[in-house]
Amino acid sequence: MALEIVESCVNCWACEPLCPNQAIYEAKPHFMVDANKCTECAGDFADAQCAAICPVEGAIVNERHEALNPPGSLTGISPARWAAVQAEIAAR
Amino acid sequence: MDFPAFDQTAPASAHASACSAGSCGSTAAQMNGLSDEVRRKVQNHPCYSEEAHHHFARMHAAVAPACNIQCNYCNRKYDCSNESRPGVVSELLTPEQAINKTLAVAAAIPQLSVLGIAGPGDPLANPERTFATFRGLAEKAPDLKLCLSTNGLVLPEQIDELAKYNIEHVTITINCVDPEVGAKIYPWIFWNNRRIRGRAAAKILIAQQQKGLEMLVARGILVKVNSVLIPGVNDQHLREVSRIVKAKGAFLHNVTPLIAEAEHGTFFGLMGQRSPRADELKALQDDCAGDMAMMRHCRQCRADAVGLLGEDRGAEFTLDKVAAMEIDHQAALERRLALRAKVAAELESKRARAATPGDPARQVIAWHRQPRAALGRSVLIAVASRGSGLINEHFGHAREFLVYEASEAGARLVGQRKTDLYCSGGETCGDGETVLDRTIRALAGCERVLCSKIGIEPWGRLEAAGIKPDGEHGMEPIEDAVMAVWREMLAAGLLATPVAGKRCA
Repeated sequence: MALEIVESCVNCWACEPLCPNQAIYEAKPHFMVDANKCTECAGDFADAQCAAICPVEGAIVNERHEALNPPGSLTGISPARWAAVQAEIAAR
Repeated sequence: MDFPAFDQTAPASAHASACSAGSCGSTAAQMNGLSDEVRRKVQNHPCYSEEAHHHFARMHAAVAPACNIQCNYCNRKYDCSNESRPGVVSELLTPEQAINKTLAVAAAIPQLSVLGIAGPGDPLANPERTFATFRGLAEKAPDLKLCLSTNGLVLPEQIDELAKYNIEHVTITINCVDPEVGAKIYPWIFWNNRRIRGRAAAKILIAQQQKGLEMLVARGILVKVNSVLIPGVNDQHLREVSRIVKAKGAFLHNVTPLIAEAEHGTFFGLMGQRSPRADELKALQDDCAGDMAMMRHCRQCRADAVGLLGEDRGAEFTLDKVAAMEIDHQAALERRLALRAKVAAELESKRARAATPGDPARQVIAWHRQPRAALGRSVLIAVASRGSGLINEHFGHAREFLVYEASEAGARLVGQRKTDLYCSGGETCGDGETVLDRTIRALAGCERVLCSKIGIEPWGRLEAAGIKPDGEHGMEPIEDAVMAVWREMLAAGLLATPVAGKRCA
């Protein structure tokens, strides 16, 4: 049972000091989770701390590769809206 | 509407009385309206003193990447070279790197008087990095003022630590005092190990901000309040914010326009939330000016900006360039102190001149104070300046213009207009509008533009747009030149019709 940080991480450091197991470490190109140390905060906190502060949707995933913060859940921008605006910008 | 955070019994600040502390009248009058202690604290601070911003430089050390809230006008993507707006940086620094960079800038730019930490996240969400930077600089460059800008969420808990570093100034961004409004600006906060959303999140944030404001004032730390003007969301509400933060003792309120472009990837940008127009911003600032000192010269700097307000010399001080510099820190400190003494003497003599009734530059004011119909209406005049309080920039080189309102009462800085509209990105941003088109649009409402020189093509285009260029006042002090132009216009009969109902701010 461990979480994983994936490529959309922006290296903002917010999660690193919160981890009760010191499982998160700075790495290139982005922060990583030591799977041997991560407990998903079970027993320490109700919510996994890294996922509770992470500002980037999709950057933290569980073992089934499901995003703890799926698209639209943090910004309120729906994936459809995002795609439509990106297409609009590209067409300029 | 309820305002749970507002304590009606909060003591009014000693220096916030009516017009005396406002931006009424000239810049010198504004400074004179502040208490001696506040004036001493802000006299070299470009972000807090309108007068100082012509002479002194600031830099922001980007050591604080983490944030504990989400704002709808922010996204957490860094490093867009085309963007000049808060929250964006190219290079995140460790405290040690930040200290070395600051010392290098302080050696190369003797005008440097202030080191601020403003992000790119929230300084107090990165307490170790922020305070390590302050600690090192308090030791190695004790002449620099240290300040920080925060969203306020954990301010009450960090205030003891903050007070250790002799920080005289703190800026809190307060966009609302009503959780209903806050829920439209902040989608979530991180609080007590949970992500809290919506109205509940805004309620906690507002309470913490107000508590932090009160605690800072109680400790004698100057507080400036920043608010982002978001049309249709908090535009009317900011009058209430201004009234409340003034009552609690904030000494300056800085209302800045929302920056929202779809390209920035923010909620507001993507949802098509528009930014306020220059006249909307000015109208709100004028309305709030009756309540407290309003700041008109903010440039909404990046979190890694370096130099005088309005310029960014960050590219000269990248980590590799700083590493290659050989610096005599003692000589640099002496240069800074000498420059500050010189500027202080110049400003003091300017104030003394302004206070002399016989001074020709002030005669218009001295003669016409009696209540009667105004001599002529007020005029917006744009100015191209590279600093030092002079008209010393070529029209074509100006990346921004200062806008002064000239009237019988004197020249008053009312804002600044950027010519590159936060983006110099060329093709990706191109909609067929030239730089000159954008500049002319940015100067809408101004009737004159003063600069050291100007080319023939822009001259003709500006005149056609009703903005008459004037290169006759190159190297003159800005306020003198602005008033000279106003008097010329008055003498030419161009100011005959006072605008009905216009408030005399």
